[in-house]
Amino acid sequence: MIEVENLTKRYGDKTAVDALTFTVKPGIVTGFLGPNGAGKSTTMRMILGLDRPTAGTATINGQRYADLTAPLRKVGALLDAKAVHPGRSAYHHLTAMAATTGVPRARVDEVIDLVGLHGVIRKRAGGFSLGMGQRLGIASALLADPEVLILDEPVNGLDPEGILWIRTLMQDLATQGRTVFVSSHLMSEMALTAEHLIVIGRGKLIADVSVGEFIAQASPDTIRIRSSRAAELHRMIAGPETTIRTVERDVLEVSGVTAEQIGDTAAAHGIPLYELTHKRPSLEEAFMELTRDAVEYQATATIAEATGALAR
Amino acid sequence: MTTAVSMPDLRVTPRRVIRAEWIKFWSLRSSIITLGVGVLFLVGIGLLATSTFDSGGPTIGDGPGGPGGGPVGPVEISLAGTNFAQLAFGTLGVLFMASEYATGMIRSSLAAVPKRLPVLWAKIAVFAAVVFVVSLAATVIAFTAGQAILGDSGASWSDPGVTRAVIGSAVTVTGAGLLGLGLGALLRSTPAAISSLFGLMFLLSGVAALLLPDSWGDVVEFLPTNAANSFTAVSAESGALAPAAGLAVFAAYLLAILVAAAWRLKRSDA
Repeated sequence: MIEVENLTKRYGDKTAVDALTFTVKPGIVTGFLGPNGAGKSTTMRMILGLDRPTAGTATINGQRYADLTAPLRKVGALLDAKAVHPGRSAYHHLTAMAATTGVPRARVDEVIDLVGLHGVIRKRAGGFSLGMGQRLGIASALLADPEVLILDEPVNGLDPEGILWIRTLMQDLATQGRTVFVSSHLMSEMALTAEHLIVIGRGKLIADVSVGEFIAQASPDTIRIRSSRAAELHRMIAGPETTIRTVERDVLEVSGVTAEQIGDTAAAHGIPLYELTHKRPSLEEAFMELTRDAVEYQATATIAEATGALAR
Repeated sequence: MTTAVSMPDLRVTPRRVIRAEWIKFWSLRSSIITLGVGVLFLVGIGLLATSTFDSGGPTIGDGPGGPGGGPVGPVEISLAGTNFAQLAFGTLGVLFMASEYATGMIRSSLAAVPKRLPVLWAKIAVFAAVVFVVSLAATVIAFTAGQAILGDSGASWSDPGVTRAVIGSAVTVTGAGLLGLGLGALLRSTPAAISSLFGLMFLLSGVAALLLPDSWGDVVEFLPTNAANSFTAVSAESGALAPAAGLAVFAAYLLAILVAAAWRLKRSDA
């Protein structure tokens, strides 16, 4: 379990992480979501004791990371940039990391097999593709069979097969009762992998919800109805819980009632329906809706403005 | 994923951190190359200097003796590569530490050892042990081979100050390396640390000798290179520090840099 309380990081007068409080529970994959520059990596570095918080605390199973006597046994981490010396072979990187905490050589071979790096393990890490680098980072995180995993953008640079592999791996690890905390800026990826979401923007907590709730909360499902007797239907389904928008003379968009209810009502009154469709907002739309105000680097200038500025 | 390998007690201990740093040191090609260059300087320049040594003359102009100059005898001439080797091993020290910051490896290292300081102590231990053993072997070879070339005019191990000069050269070379390591940890940048090291070790005494008035001569003797040279000198120059004092002054510089490095490592974000 990871507990973060009032965690804050300021660089000069810029606040990168602003009084974050959340808990990451074991047994499920928890997604850490936010646009680029939202403070995800800084938060993860503070949990790992690499950056010192300006205020607040972060603990792993009740202990500060710096106080852990066997840190790699408790927490395996994959950090954003490749935290690997490019001149060293992947094998030596792993054996050095293993040696720090006394992980046996046989386990090093085991994680190499697990991440599928055996063919290139003697090659220097500097020559690795982004995807191979991620696999090496994941191997390093899994070395001491940790209870908690902190993975910063693990799917970055992986091919579809690799993405599927890491997704299954994370879910397996969570099923075994481990705490899995994984950051991403891709809502669609998190929807497939995570069960719970912690969403931040500009360093502030935006949402701490289950994936299902998040999607429902961000923008409700709407149902599109087309009927020659739309006006009649409008009166029948209207209620305090429902919002109805007349899109065209015979087309309604309704939220707050289910498609079944609308269908049943129409059938009971003999109203013909030409269309009854569920319009689900895409996850990406839901995410962008929620974090719109919190995007750090937004492309606001149009090409015309930019070229205009150049011409001047 | 469960492991088929049974896990022993996985606490971080000083011994384990040293073992990790040992693997890290030997698994970089640059370590081995730079180590080789240092040995080449010690043995190669020593042999070159002795083979062109004119035992009749008291000094060899401003030859490969490097900064410090002074009276040149058969012992000094065979160890003429010392100052150049300080440069090579100093660079090795910088690389060993600063490259962790340049590559991001430091985050892996410190995540594994969140107390942080054991990483620095382990690096110092591994580096000092390797460089001292290697450079001592090189100075012994340089001295022995050099005296063989010089023949009758050469010195022998039983001459006063010889043991101190030979071992001392290895000590100062190791010290320069640790200075580089400390500067690497303090400045976290390979170019900045190398420039500072070269400035401190090689430019400072030369510039000081040129710019400072003679009455400040005593101050110059307290500069790192001069102090190190006083420690290894077979026969003391006039005004130079006594060997023990020279060693103490040199060690004080090293200690100051390493303490500052430890403070920065402990305090700053990685």
